[in-house]
Amino acid sequence: MAFIARRLVTYVVAAWVALTANFFIPRLMPGNILSTYLSRFPSLGPYAYKAITAEFGIGKQGSLIHQYGVYFDDLAHGNLGVSLNYFPLSVATILHQTLFWTLILVGTATILSFVIGTVLGILAGWWRGGRFDQLLPAFTFLQAIPYFFLALLLIEFFAIHLSWFPVGEGNSLTTHVGWNLPFIESAVYHSLLPAITLVFASMAGWMLQMRNVMITTIGEDYVLAAQAKGLSNRRVVMTYAARNAILPNIAGFAISLGYVVAGALVMELVFSYPGIGYTLYQAVVGEDYALMQGIFLVIVMAVLIANLIADAIYVIADPRTRTRAAY
Amino acid sequence: MGTVSSFFGQLAFKIRRRHVWARLPGKARAGVVIILIFIFLAIVGPYLAPYNPSRLFSTSDIARPPNWSHLLGTTTYGQDVLSQLLVSVRSTVVIGLTAGVIATFLSVVVGVSAGFLGGYADEGLSLLSNVFLVLPALPLLVVIFGYLPNAGNLVTAFVLSILGWPWGARVIRAQTMSLRGRDFIGASRETGERTWRIIFFELLPNEVSLIAASFVGTVLYAVLTSVALTFLGLGDLSTWSLGSMLYWVQNQNAIIVGTWWWYIPPGLTVAVFGMGLVLLNFGLDELGNPRLRDAAHRQKIAGRPWRPSDPTPVVREARRSPGGFAPALATSSLAVAGDAGGTVSGASRAAGVQSDQGGIT
Repeated sequence: MAFIARRLVTYVVAAWVALTANFFIPRLMPGNILSTYLSRFPSLGPYAYKAITAEFGIGKQGSLIHQYGVYFDDLAHGNLGVSLNYFPLSVATILHQTLFWTLILVGTATILSFVIGTVLGILAGWWRGGRFDQLLPAFTFLQAIPYFFLALLLIEFFAIHLSWFPVGEGNSLTTHVGWNLPFIESAVYHSLLPAITLVFASMAGWMLQMRNVMITTIGEDYVLAAQAKGLSNRRVVMTYAARNAILPNIAGFAISLGYVVAGALVMELVFSYPGIGYTLYQAVVGEDYALMQGIFLVIVMAVLIANLIADAIYVIADPRTRTRAAY
Repeated sequence: MGTVSSFFGQLAFKIRRRHVWARLPGKARAGVVIILIFIFLAIVGPYLAPYNPSRLFSTSDIARPPNWSHLLGTTTYGQDVLSQLLVSVRSTVVIGLTAGVIATFLSVVVGVSAGFLGGYADEGLSLLSNVFLVLPALPLLVVIFGYLPNAGNLVTAFVLSILGWPWGARVIRAQTMSLRGRDFIGASRETGERTWRIIFFELLPNEVSLIAASFVGTVLYAVLTSVALTFLGLGDLSTWSLGSMLYWVQNQNAIIVGTWWWYIPPGLTVAVFGMGLVLLNFGLDELGNPRLRDAAHRQKIAGRPWRPSDPTPVVREARRSPGGFAPALATSSLAVAGDAGGTVSGASRAAGVQSDQGGIT
């Protein structure tokens, strides 16, 4: 429990650092956000200045400390402001829409790559030095290739050359977002190629980690004892070796679930997929600070919560963590 | 010429004498060779380039497939792809190595101090590295580079290393804490060695493989992240780098147009460099963890594959020829199996870097 409490302190500090950075970075930028925005609409006179200040809550008056207080007050009330570029949509509404896309696509891909990678890692670790294990350099190549490049190659081959999959976007333009069959079919169809890319790109990491921990675990005496008892190989692999070796992978999985919320920024961009990463990029490029801050906030929170869950898994599953915390 | 060859001769001799090269696993050697080739290209590449990479050739030379005057063809702007590639390697390698050096320095300083000093210093430094560790790196970088338009290579390397050090620091701290309790450290403290001497002469030599793995992992992260950021148009587009080449590829829809000689080389180059780093890390891992090392070498005894880390087989099992577990003779070296358990290994760390810092972002 003391361990969790200490970690909690870490996360509170991390959240505070992230939120403060989130507050200060736009304010440290050269130029005034408001005048940048107004310069896009030359027809607006100076009278619009006040109206827009009131509307967007930017360019607020008062000392920096006062603004800082207002910022946290707004956050506490879930008030993330209004997007500049998607006016009149609020940041919360946009987040709601984009998270839907990201969670389904990146979530599914993360789970798939974790399961496939871990199973392959168990096999490679068990038959270490075997033919399957010799394929490792191929998997390291998958780990080393910039995965947006992999995505581009897959698009070229499967979407353009063979026309098996659409080139991008989340659904076809003829369908309407909602719980209707044409839309769901179209959304699934559009998500296949991005999902395959993500699974391929992230599978190798899980596999290599699982394999290495597996090999270390197999050398332990209790695995030897299980063998000596004459247990079946299957039982030794699954309940003795893999079960003990999987802990780092599970903790990593919890953390990567947090990163699901961050979306797959580069991939979403390559596929023009309407997820949170794509929206973050659009906000950065379009200087939409409110949206940028809102997205970053959600990502940070999700990652911190996922880290906390990973810690909890460690404490529950591995008694050594509890003694180490006391050390 | 003579001095140069004698220099390399001495170097080779030193390496041979220390058996570093001989002890390196094959994967690590392949990785070292690839990385050395890239460092060589980074140094001489711009001089080898046949043309100015930005030079626009006449309209008849636009988007030409590979030919004798343009070995890798030309872009849709009419620029020579090979020249761009040779020039580009430099800034990508420089960003990677610079970020690796800065980040590794930070992680060694923080990790060793935290692990060795303990107490409040440990609490504070661990808190600091954990805070940096949980900040989502890529979204943060996108936001930062959104504010830093056309940041130069060194600024990019610096920002990347500021976000890239905490993982190494955590691993090094854990190793330092475990070493601190060992007898040889206690003995040197008893004999009155100064703290700095213990740190530099007793502690650090025992962490070299860990530090090297941390360095290689950070370089990989820096290379892949900087290429991705520049590809997004957030990095430095005014100089040639593998990332900016890929940016122009995407910008000009080279993939849809089908000019493969333009988009395959930069992506493949990054992948090969990255693979060299991953392989080296793999090898360093095997160097530090004998169980992994043994897994790489297959030996046969009595016609059956055998590895020193295999447990002694039950006689019945050995006769029945089991499916998965390789049988060994009775004198299986269980002694090998006792060490290095529990230390976090480099390649799994590299994997961790990917899943922790970037996820699949």
